[in-house]
Amino acid sequence: MMRVDPAKCNYCGACVGSCPVNCMFLNETRVEIDEDKCIKCGFCIRVCPVGAIEADWWSK
Amino acid sequence: MKRYEYDVLVIGAGPGGSMAARYAARHGLKVLLIEKRPEIGVPVRCAEGISRAWMDEVEIEAQEHWIDAYMDGAKIYSPDEKSVLTLSAEQAGNEVGFVLNREYFDKYLASLAVKEGAEIWLKSPAVQIIKEDGYVRGAIVRRFGEEVDVRAKIIIAADGFESQVARWAGMNTVVREKDIVTCIQYRMTNIDIDEKFTHFYIGSCAPGGYLWIFPKGEKEANVGIGVALNKIKEPGEVKKYLDKFIEEHPWLSKGGVIQIVTGAVSTCPVPKHLVSDGLMLVGDAARLIDPITGGGIANACRSGKYAGEVAAKCIDNPSKECLKEYEDMVHKKWDRKHLRNWYVKEKLAALDDETLNKLLDAIADVEMSDISVMAILEAVQKKYPELIEEFEDLL
Repeated sequence: MMRVDPAKCNYCGACVGSCPVNCMFLNETRVEIDEDKCIKCGFCIRVCPVGAIEADWWSK
Repeated sequence: MKRYEYDVLVIGAGPGGSMAARYAARHGLKVLLIEKRPEIGVPVRCAEGISRAWMDEVEIEAQEHWIDAYMDGAKIYSPDEKSVLTLSAEQAGNEVGFVLNREYFDKYLASLAVKEGAEIWLKSPAVQIIKEDGYVRGAIVRRFGEEVDVRAKIIIAADGFESQVARWAGMNTVVREKDIVTCIQYRMTNIDIDEKFTHFYIGSCAPGGYLWIFPKGEKEANVGIGVALNKIKEPGEVKKYLDKFIEEHPWLSKGGVIQIVTGAVSTCPVPKHLVSDGLMLVGDAARLIDPITGGGIANACRSGKYAGEVAAKCIDNPSKECLKEYEDMVHKKWDRKHLRNWYVKEKLAALDDETLNKLLDAIADVEMSDISVMAILEAVQKKYPELIEEFEDLL
């Protein structure tokens, strides 16, 4: 499971543009993730300037 | 579902999108410019430093209300901050001259598009493209919460770093990890800085990128950082780099933060394909960012203009063969420069602090009027001949 913490997210789209499989979407107010397409590369988690993306499969 | 028809649909109302809409509309086309945000120019995702040399080509006249500060030049600091290379505005290349107010600048460019007859919808993200017979023919747009069907003969994707429209259409605008730079910037107030220069700090303070201070007026500046994604190990690490730098510099840490800006940029060479049947990519969506400076506003404006003009020529035949004229213009303009700067970026990213200290120490002595690649290399060779080996491939 992945989660974007709305309390941290700045809605900048850094995660969306970095996703190699284009499974994220920045809508009018928040980031959506299509987890069926996600390949768990972790780019979005690391590129997020404010560390707003969490995933249970993520480890350093 | 409501259905609308236009000649040109421009997705994204940043500088690239507004310029594309402006030039397409000027040629008599029926143009719709859509923007997912409720306000053009907000939130800012930019350091706002820019030259003025490119503005004539795209017919933008400088307006006081979107210029926050005028710069005399740029200063580049070695990692130990003992050497400073000072460049006058002409020598510093594309990205100094003045510091913009993007909130006003972007709105001004959108107003130029409206003046030519373009229509704008806010709070209207494209949620999917419409493709028929291999051609992009429009998009499903969620306009104020209602999904509508927007058809157009030509679609111009100006959706920024996200570059989703291109990828939905099957084009490859994926950026490699080492060519993605993650950025965070604070607008700081009550700080003590030299307000006539933009300031750049390189080395381990910002691995694979740099840290910048761009003055915004009295005792105020954008203090930001970009770090290459392949140098980032933990979530939120880029913010830690910025906070650490500020903490180590009392003339910054005495101030306060009045805005937080985040985002990412690509620092890759120009992609091979920028058009497909019915579709053109401009600005950041086309990855037209200078790989060294990370600057993209001027390129967005120019590519937007080219795309708008080619749209007018190809409106009755929006095939990729016709639209290729745009792709050729972009390649001619930026291929060589961005490939060279990408290569220099790769070289610089590999240098450690000690080497960068020596390099800056050597070139800080070069006469200001004589900053060229050759002059720099000769100066380095005199003082640190062993360093030249690192850059031999560039000669």
